[in-house]
Amino acid sequence: MRGGEAKQKQGKTESFAPMILGKSTARILAPLWAALLLALAPQAALAQEPASIASQPAAATEAAPAADATGAAAAGAVDDKADASSDKVAPGASAYKPLGPEWIKGVPTPGALDVQTQYSPTGRQAFKLHSALVWVMAIICLFVLALLLYVMIRFRKGAHPVPSRTTHNTAIEVAWTLLPVLILVAIALPSISLISAQYQSAPKDAVTVKVTGYQWYWGYTYPDNGGFEVISNMLPDEEAEKRGEPHHLGVDNRMVVPVGEWIRVQTTAADVIHSFAVPSLWYKLDAVPGRLNEKRLFIEEPGIYYGQCSELCGAKHGYMPIAVEAVPRPQFEAWVRSQGGTVGKPEAPAAPAAAPLQQPESSAQQPVGAPANTTASAAATAAAPAAKPAA
Amino acid sequence: MATTADHFQAHHDDHAHHDADHKPGFFARWFMSTNHKDIGTLYLIFAIFAGIVGGAISGVMRAELMEPGIQVLGGWVNMWGGEASFEANLHAWNVLITAHGLIMVFFMVMPAMIGGFGNWFVPLMIGAPDMAFPRMNNISFWLTVAGFTSLSISLFMPGDATGLGSGTGWTVYAPLSTSGSVGPATDFAIFALHLAGAASIMGAINFITTIFNMRAPGMTLHKMPLFVWSILVTAFLLLLALPVLAAAITMLITDRNFGTTFFEASGGGDPILYQHLFWFFGHPEVYIMILPGFGMVSQIVATFSRKPVFGYLGMAYAMVAIGVVGFIVWAHHMFTTGLSVNEKMYFTAATMVIAVPTGVKIFSWIATMWGGSIEFKSPMVWSIGFIFLFTVGGVTGVYLANGGVDDVVHDTYFVVAHFHYVLSMGAVFSLFAGFYYWFPKMSGRMHSELLAHLHFWGFFIGVNVIFFPQHFLGLNGMPRRYPDYALAFEHWNHVSTIGYMIMAGSMIFFFVNLIYAFTAGKKAAPNYWGEGATTLEWSLTSPPPYHQFETLPVIDDDHDYHNHLPPAAPATA
Repeated sequence: MRGGEAKQKQGKTESFAPMILGKSTARILAPLWAALLLALAPQAALAQEPASIASQPAAATEAAPAADATGAAAAGAVDDKADASSDKVAPGASAYKPLGPEWIKGVPTPGALDVQTQYSPTGRQAFKLHSALVWVMAIICLFVLALLLYVMIRFRKGAHPVPSRTTHNTAIEVAWTLLPVLILVAIALPSISLISAQYQSAPKDAVTVKVTGYQWYWGYTYPDNGGFEVISNMLPDEEAEKRGEPHHLGVDNRMVVPVGEWIRVQTTAADVIHSFAVPSLWYKLDAVPGRLNEKRLFIEEPGIYYGQCSELCGAKHGYMPIAVEAVPRPQFEAWVRSQGGTVGKPEAPAAPAAAPLQQPESSAQQPVGAPANTTASAAATAAAPAAKPAA
Repeated sequence: MATTADHFQAHHDDHAHHDADHKPGFFARWFMSTNHKDIGTLYLIFAIFAGIVGGAISGVMRAELMEPGIQVLGGWVNMWGGEASFEANLHAWNVLITAHGLIMVFFMVMPAMIGGFGNWFVPLMIGAPDMAFPRMNNISFWLTVAGFTSLSISLFMPGDATGLGSGTGWTVYAPLSTSGSVGPATDFAIFALHLAGAASIMGAINFITTIFNMRAPGMTLHKMPLFVWSILVTAFLLLLALPVLAAAITMLITDRNFGTTFFEASGGGDPILYQHLFWFFGHPEVYIMILPGFGMVSQIVATFSRKPVFGYLGMAYAMVAIGVVGFIVWAHHMFTTGLSVNEKMYFTAATMVIAVPTGVKIFSWIATMWGGSIEFKSPMVWSIGFIFLFTVGGVTGVYLANGGVDDVVHDTYFVVAHFHYVLSMGAVFSLFAGFYYWFPKMSGRMHSELLAHLHFWGFFIGVNVIFFPQHFLGLNGMPRRYPDYALAFEHWNHVSTIGYMIMAGSMIFFFVNLIYAFTAGKKAAPNYWGEGATTLEWSLTSPPPYHQFETLPVIDDDHDYHNHLPPAAPATA
């Protein structure tokens, strides 16, 4: 009961938790996990995971082991040494294991007609506008088609041998100018507010991931966590099959991020322009050499989300996919340590671990009404200690 | 000399002995031409040739995309003297997409619309004997040919470490086109744009001068046929946009060869600057490709509805509005480059505004048909196809205008589907409509209506099967300019390639129709479309005399601007 209430509260503030409840089993389990978590974990942000974690694998194949695994994962939030029986999401600092193929969520569907399922709040907001726009487009096209068919039948030579000489009708000309204006205003208002939401800056304590495009692979640097860089290459088809991952999308090292919290993604490139894109998160940001673009990202559920380079960058443009792996914070921290990175705030500010490329040149990261935020956080970023060198 | 239709026919019969129809010898006529009709013909032949090349290239691309994996590109590389390897094949893909884009934009649609139909019919429709600067007209054409030659040469030059040809995409973004493509191929491709651009600027000057100064007495601007209006607006767009492109690609050349760093961050430049410059040209460019089509469709819809165009002034000024607004929306092509929030909001709102004049045009065409007496001749079915398919491409344009929504489909096949609906179906449908409308006027021979209708249905079904599924691919996340893809994208790619086969098959009807017309086609009367065709070119023989309107036709003041034929027998030839 208490968990249910808490869940609802979460749902109101973040506006996604209730939507992701699918199966009835999940509906029963979710409040329980939420209650357990609330009792154990002080981090409010984590409270939304259990619902999603429980619902997703249940919807997939084996419900029980998955629920076990997530239970362990949740427990890991407070106690690293808690039950480590899971082989799905191993808790604890020493036991990070990459998510298996059953966690693939953001992936194209064969023969699909619509956008991929969205797993981020801005993605859901954009999806609503997208769906409305699809209806508007369909209605306008059908309306024009109906008009055309009507005049083609009604005013064909056989049926209407003597043409009229009408060439003006001010009323109708004004009407068909103003009506589209009204439709466009109705589209523009939610559209502008969507852009505004997408441009909010990440909170100061958000994890920063600096994404660098190379010809033809991605590098993910974690300046808040020691500045190590993970190099991510596409898996050959055979290897992808062996790992149960889709061709052209699976990578050797994924971009691992914590689930259920804002992430500050910064993009840049080392040679030519690339574009960091993940369709299931409604996320696309060009990686431009000499620039540091920034946009926040929030992933609601643990899982694997695929994307592909989306700006022509030379011969192997089609061979540098993106795989984002969202895991609960303990797993993320374990992963960071396994990469030789550090977790937590430094005791005393040290010299910049990895000098940030440049001060952001582009204004993409400038939030509305929150100036100077980025500079401050960039400074914090730079102050991360060089405890361990980059992997 | 007084002219009636009958008289023209007689005149046509003994043209060899008549001054107005005295033609120079073959070489002087076709290689040193100063006659707007001959230059128009050259442009059309050139555009058909370039269209075959560009269409064949898209055939190679669709064949490669039919199945996942790389199957076709290796053979293609070997065929052109390269050495097939994994990376060389992938580079060849980029060369193909680059060549397809550049050829179709600069060497097919623009030469056909402006050089071909514009040259042929602007002087005829305004009652002028020729273009204002006939020799500059000739230079424009041959520079276009030179541009195409330069682009062709680039295919055989080293592009980068991976193979021959320039693989930068038609947008030639820096730094892929500078430090990313070191070989001379990209220089040749850029130079092709310089040449084509210079040709177009001269053409634009020629059209503006002709339209402003050489209209027949009495033909005020507000009495001009809408096709002439469309060419006038297009010429202004060319004149204002192309110098910006020329500047941008000249900076590319100096960045590549002379050590400047306009677009190189390490030297204080900015790659995004190139995109701003390119799209400041590039967005007006898409209206350059479609506005003449608007003009042609307006003429054709009025002709076959036997009714004047509805809302003539609204139609003319809608084109002006599209042209003006078209200059202030360019950064919607750059929504993901890291624009500031205010830029993105502005370009979202500004882009949407274009839907208003475009909507006025769509509704006015339908209103022109409303109350008419419609004959479904081949130009009319192509035009009706245009109106519907352009609407589809238009609404997806409104969708893409939303910067926040665009994030998910930017640089995906959704965009490919969108711009092929407005170009491959908008511009190309209007080109075929114009071609069937005026082909007998230009050649003097009637084409087969049956073959033209078969061509329409094959092409209509084909292009829809090619491009409608690409909306699904894009929404599902397939990026543009990919030679290979995840298995999830296989289904709709397969369907799309089948559509290409249907489309390509339908082109057989087009070419057979040409052969039929020249070998067995009936002689065309001066006005073979009947009373609905009211512009001045229908007062002349088919084909018109080599020099027309030596005595200018006079457009009476009381005569309304929907009927451009002089009321009495016009003086001409």
